[in-house]
Amino acid sequence: MLDQTRLSALLLGRLGWDAIPLHEPILLGTFIGVACGGLCILAAITYFHAWGTLWRDWITSIDHKRIGIMYVVLGLVMLLRGFSDAIMMRAQQAMAFGDSRGFLPPHHYDQVFTAHGVIMIFFVAMPLVTGLMNFVVPLQIGARDVAFPFLNNFSFWMTAVGAILVMMSLFVGEFARTGWLAYPPLSGIAFSPDVGVDYYIWSLQIAGVGTLLSGINLIATIVKMRAPGMTLMKMPIFTWTALCTNVLIVAAFPVLTAVLALLSLDRYAGTNFFTNELGGNAMMYVNLIWIWGHPEVYILILPAFGVFSEIVSTFCGKRLFGYASMVYATVVITILSYLVWLHHFFTMGSGASVNSFFGITTMIISIPTGAKIFNWLFTMYHGRIRFELPMMWTVGFMFTFTIGGMTGVLLAVPPADFALHNSLFLVAHFHNVIIGGVLFGMLAGINYWFPKAFGFKLDAFWGKCSFWFWLIGFWFAFAPLYVLGLMGITRRLSHFDDPSLQIWFVIAAFGAALIFLGIACFIIQLVVSIRRRDQLRDTTGDPWDGRTLEWSTSSPPPVYNFAFTPIVHDNDTWADMKKNHYAPPEQGFIAIHMPANTGAGFVIAMLGAAFGFAMIWHMWLPAVAAFVALLVAVIVHTFNYERDYHLSADEVTRIEHLRTARLTANV
Amino acid sequence: MSSSVTGSVGAVGGGDAPRYYSIEDHHPENGTLLGFWLYLMSDCLVFACLFAVYAVLGRNYAGGPTGAELFDLPLVAVNTSLLLLSSITYGFAMLAMQRNRLAPTQGWLAVTGLLGAGFIFLELREFAHLVQEGAGPQRSAFLSSFFTLVGTHGLHVTFGILWLLTLMAQLGKHGLCAANRRRLMCLSMFWHFLDVVWIAVFTVVYLLGVLP
Repeated sequence: MLDQTRLSALLLGRLGWDAIPLHEPILLGTFIGVACGGLCILAAITYFHAWGTLWRDWITSIDHKRIGIMYVVLGLVMLLRGFSDAIMMRAQQAMAFGDSRGFLPPHHYDQVFTAHGVIMIFFVAMPLVTGLMNFVVPLQIGARDVAFPFLNNFSFWMTAVGAILVMMSLFVGEFARTGWLAYPPLSGIAFSPDVGVDYYIWSLQIAGVGTLLSGINLIATIVKMRAPGMTLMKMPIFTWTALCTNVLIVAAFPVLTAVLALLSLDRYAGTNFFTNELGGNAMMYVNLIWIWGHPEVYILILPAFGVFSEIVSTFCGKRLFGYASMVYATVVITILSYLVWLHHFFTMGSGASVNSFFGITTMIISIPTGAKIFNWLFTMYHGRIRFELPMMWTVGFMFTFTIGGMTGVLLAVPPADFALHNSLFLVAHFHNVIIGGVLFGMLAGINYWFPKAFGFKLDAFWGKCSFWFWLIGFWFAFAPLYVLGLMGITRRLSHFDDPSLQIWFVIAAFGAALIFLGIACFIIQLVVSIRRRDQLRDTTGDPWDGRTLEWSTSSPPPVYNFAFTPIVHDNDTWADMKKNHYAPPEQGFIAIHMPANTGAGFVIAMLGAAFGFAMIWHMWLPAVAAFVALLVAVIVHTFNYERDYHLSADEVTRIEHLRTARLTANV
Repeated sequence: MSSSVTGSVGAVGGGDAPRYYSIEDHHPENGTLLGFWLYLMSDCLVFACLFAVYAVLGRNYAGGPTGAELFDLPLVAVNTSLLLLSSITYGFAMLAMQRNRLAPTQGWLAVTGLLGAGFIFLELREFAHLVQEGAGPQRSAFLSSFFTLVGTHGLHVTFGILWLLTLMAQLGKHGLCAANRRRLMCLSMFWHFLDVVWIAVFTVVYLLGVLP
């Protein structure tokens, strides 16, 4: 009898029926909704006999373009989840005044704000950024794929597994109630004994492996695989920002891995790194996590800067103003981003000299950033600006982000920060730069490169609706938070006593509703564009009169990207080629050496998911089994020596002739 | 000239090569070694964090035993020699590989693996001894950071041995083919990297740890 309970403890750990939140109507409703939606999708896949295609062409694909698209889809799906959390918080804060407690109990509200932050950074912003880099960088540098195509597929699935674990926490157990960085001692075992923080740790650890590997992959790609003639100072700016971002990833994510590993040891093995007793030091955690966390925000914003640079020069029809200064500004930001982490906790009390050092380095970052803004403005000056969707997002960004940057400089002043630390002013500031910078950048990028990925443009009308709702909604949602923050209201509160504050929260909730419409319009934009794809078709491969290499190939590009490797003579290679009346080759094609698809990445990542889930629930036997299976799967994969194939010259000729036919039919 | 500017394919048979594309199959340089270096540097940062944590917490004994009381330097000296020797023997394996001789390569790899296993064995004995004395990782922040730093290194060596065994099996199957040479090179970098990290551990944790 005793043995049986011990066995079941080893098998099931602390997982039981009480982990299913049947008593929470909101969660139950969500679960039923998600389950129905999921079943519909599965049924649709079966009905259309799409399982084979899904497996062969997507899940096991090592084509950087498809992996990039999958990253973006993951980011957009998770955006819906993260935004649901946001709108719940806005509604709660608009309602919960005086006697009204709102509709979210504190226990649930705390999970909502934690999940919102974690999801928006790790599973929306990161996949969108990584997805765009994956799709665009090899095309911009004239490469056939990334340096390690298999690793790329594996990285994607590790990121997806992280997202899956966070989503599971909604319906099995609960999520952390600690805020998105899970500061100890609150996140330690003494104050968070349940599974929430463990979900947090394992989803980030697993996704972090994926992010790190994709960082290494893209650096190796950019360093080793550029087309002949493309020296570093002839690289497109987006590729430059991607390079700097991936350097930041490789230099920052190990710190996150280490600090989360130490937190897990505190929770699982009873060590005393961040505890209150036996010599532990919680501020060590705060330092380490921000040594990762501050570079992280530049990991997100640099590629967005790259997107805007490409868009500004394309839609103004001229070379980017100050290319070299743009590159240097990017590199300087990359370096400085490592020297500012302490500004997240001036109130720790490190003393005046330490605080002023970090305050000054923080303010200095605004100089290269300002240089970038001026470069974009000077590119627009005397340009023939076409206000297509990507350009609208760019202008919206320049307006919004500049204000966000200025509030950031304000927060960088330590005495001011002592008053504003952890206030809604801070919340408004970082949403100002992340929505106005990263999110606008990603939406600009999606609108810009969508025709390259799918062969048709996105519908402009619904895109404009989406843009205006987002822009106006953003200001309605966050301007009131600046005001509230200056009045001293702190973040993460689920209830307020002072009724005079309510009007500001109501305005903020109205802004969130506008953003909701912006997201709805974006979804309508996708649906309408897919239905009208024949009218929106791009047959040229160059719908915007682009300037960089990705526009020189067809839309969507063939699996090998370029039949012949391009040779680069100038910045804005494609503009140079067009100026010199380049005509694509029509014969003489040769066989192309290509990497072969494999399911190994998916299998290993799923075993990782099983391992993570078992560790979260203390299911020791399944955890060991999953870990051993994972190791075996990795080793078995290394015994596969045939990882490539040759696409025959006839096949290349056939694909290229189809394209030539399409081009001539539309001249 | 005009034919080369327009990049027409007529140029393939004739004089000028096309200006804007390369008619030959363009093979980019292999990025594996660069990628592996980047991975090693990221791993190095994990160790840097653990060293930083040790530097901050390494004297927080919380009334428990100190390094001077716990560390057995002669044992650590033996341990260190085993690991340093294993780097030399791995070097011999690489020299044998350069001369295209499979059997000595395998032999030196086996010796390397045995030395690594000896290192792990001694380390585990040291750990078991400490835990027995009541100086386990839970006792104080000093011991938490000690066990984590040294243990993480040991875990790396363990995975290195696992990798080494896998690679020996693959060498047996495919011989010294290009892919296997590349893999041997990567493991070589990994193994020497662990050696360098150990020298830092030996100095910072053990030698400085026994100072009063």
